[in-house]
Amino acid sequence: MEFSSILFYVFGFCLVASSAMLVIARNTLKAAMLLILSFFSVASLWLLLEAEFLAITLILVYVGAVMVLFLFVIKMLNIDQSTIRAKFTTYLPLGIFISIVVIAQIALVLSAGQFDLENVEEPTRHVAGYSNITELATDLYTTYVYPFELAAVLLLIAIIAAITLVHRKDSRSKKQNISEQISVQASDRMRLASISSTKSKETK
Amino acid sequence: MIDYQFNTADLFFALPELFMVAAIALILLLDLFVSERFQNLTYYLTQSTLAITGYFAFNLIGESAVIFDGTFVLDTIGSYFKVFMMIFSIVALVYSRHYLSVHNLLKGEYFILSLLSVFGMMVMVSAHSMLTIYLGLEIMSLSLYTLIAIARDRAVAIEAALKYFVLGAIASGLLLYGMSMIYGITGSLDIGQIAAFATGANLISEQVLILNFGLVFLVIGIAFKFGAVPFHMWVPDVYQGAPTSVTMFLSTVPKIAATAMLVRLLIDGLGGLQAYWADLFMILAILSIGLGSLVALMQTNIKRLLAYSTISHIGFILLGFITGVVEGYGAAAFYVLAYVLMSLTAFGTIIVLNKQGFEADQIVDFRGLSKHSPWFALIMLFVMLSMAGVPPFIGFYSKLFILQQVISAGYIYLAVAAVVFAVISAYYYLQIIKTMYFDDTEKEVTVTAPMDMRIILSINGALILVLGLMPSYWMELAISLF
Repeated sequence: MEFSSILFYVFGFCLVASSAMLVIARNTLKAAMLLILSFFSVASLWLLLEAEFLAITLILVYVGAVMVLFLFVIKMLNIDQSTIRAKFTTYLPLGIFISIVVIAQIALVLSAGQFDLENVEEPTRHVAGYSNITELATDLYTTYVYPFELAAVLLLIAIIAAITLVHRKDSRSKKQNISEQISVQASDRMRLASISSTKSKETK
Repeated sequence: MIDYQFNTADLFFALPELFMVAAIALILLLDLFVSERFQNLTYYLTQSTLAITGYFAFNLIGESAVIFDGTFVLDTIGSYFKVFMMIFSIVALVYSRHYLSVHNLLKGEYFILSLLSVFGMMVMVSAHSMLTIYLGLEIMSLSLYTLIAIARDRAVAIEAALKYFVLGAIASGLLLYGMSMIYGITGSLDIGQIAAFATGANLISEQVLILNFGLVFLVIGIAFKFGAVPFHMWVPDVYQGAPTSVTMFLSTVPKIAATAMLVRLLIDGLGGLQAYWADLFMILAILSIGLGSLVALMQTNIKRLLAYSTISHIGFILLGFITGVVEGYGAAAFYVLAYVLMSLTAFGTIIVLNKQGFEADQIVDFRGLSKHSPWFALIMLFVMLSMAGVPPFIGFYSKLFILQQVISAGYIYLAVAAVVFAVISAYYYLQIIKTMYFDDTEKEVTVTAPMDMRIILSINGALILVLGLMPSYWMELAISLF
């Protein structure tokens, strides 16, 4: 067995094991950590396929940005564990049943042998100087320019949606009005009131 | 090394899409800087954008081309669908404005998100690759989720948006899984190449097995977007929880886009497997018609009732596709357009009853409408009779054409079952008519809708009758699309 095959099986096992544990983990925080592990395993598998740029992006974007945000949300929401656990067991038999059916179907499809090496040719290995990023960029800006622009529109919608749903004009927003701050007079801020000391003593 | 060919003249075929994206970007900026000085500016710009886009799409009817390296297709059915989508969107936004202004929801974002959602639908209609179909679907859905949640202070609206979002994400996942299987076996995302593979003469049974495995997931994704049973769970809750103007939009124009997605994926792409997906559609169709007709009998909320009525109409649309002949597909396309026309009018009449601080969404809100506003009661009467399938309204002919095709394809039992359920569903349509004409109420029913909405709604109601009197031209047009 080649060294790369051993690596493939190690990372493959890591991926399947961490994904399975992620589903059954009781602690949400643990589940998030296991998700990070499965992302790492996928990135390593991609590295074996010579998709270096995608592998690094997966770790940078998903682990570095998205999962950190997830962890913040989990910490802030303080989810009640017991209610989640109660629902987990009620739907367990149905979940197991559906999983078995889907796994059987996938096994049936894969055992048809259409994805074996005779039918799907092995990707050609590239030389050391081969640039992943150049190839990716060439494809993105030529063949796939239309889907690429559509993805940009999708991100625009995400921004508009987030601002529409969260931004509130009047309440809570504390804005500076600079011209008002500059033109302010001492009299606007402080009112000098003359209070006779004798009277105030009497009221006390 | 790079042998890329780009012909600038090709961009002409994507003119409607390009114009719309540019207009959206412009309106977004104008809405930010000028909207406080010119009220309604965003609204009028949105309407003119839709009108101009529709005009461009209309001018492209008859042209056909595949551009952007096979990710975009322009053909007759696409151009016609785009023109109809623009017309129906304009009507829907005219109705929406009254609803939004009486419920203090009138914001520029509403119109921009509507435009973006229509843009997503245009992408779906013109998609020639599984990648663009999926991107169009997400652009449409993401805008719709936000539109539902735009009424931030209503808990039901937030719940509806969240439910739609979560179930929509699951459906997208299933659709993508199916697409990955199809890609795995055909080696291409291009609809044309998938079609060439699926109709190939030397397909071995293992390859058909994998294609079918992918096909099932594609059908699930499509059924979810249509809201066909058993993927209908989101429909009643979302229809009831969303603001009525969003419910109206959701139940009309996206159905045209869903039909386009079905045509692109299943007829253009996997037409060679028609016998397989027709079997799946048979189950979906008969369950939808049955459940939609029976459960609607018990509803008191009119939006929920119309949701179940939609489910049963969807069943009829899917029936048209099981026939596997051009006439059947044409009948289904005709049914979709007729349904959208009826649904727009029905929700328009509900919106007419809304006034400052009053949300009309119960059937009892229609009590005594014939006394206070006989004109709108008459329009609602037209819609209800048309939906029930009473001649000479358009709803009768759309059902008739579908049933004709189903019978000539040899599925007599399906046709009989569909008719039986249609007769059952007539009960709740007639009940609304009874509520309007024979039930009295002490409460004064006043209509505060602006004149433009009244005029458009009147034309809309009249079309249900007029098109029903001469349906043959539109039927021939619908058949010529395929």
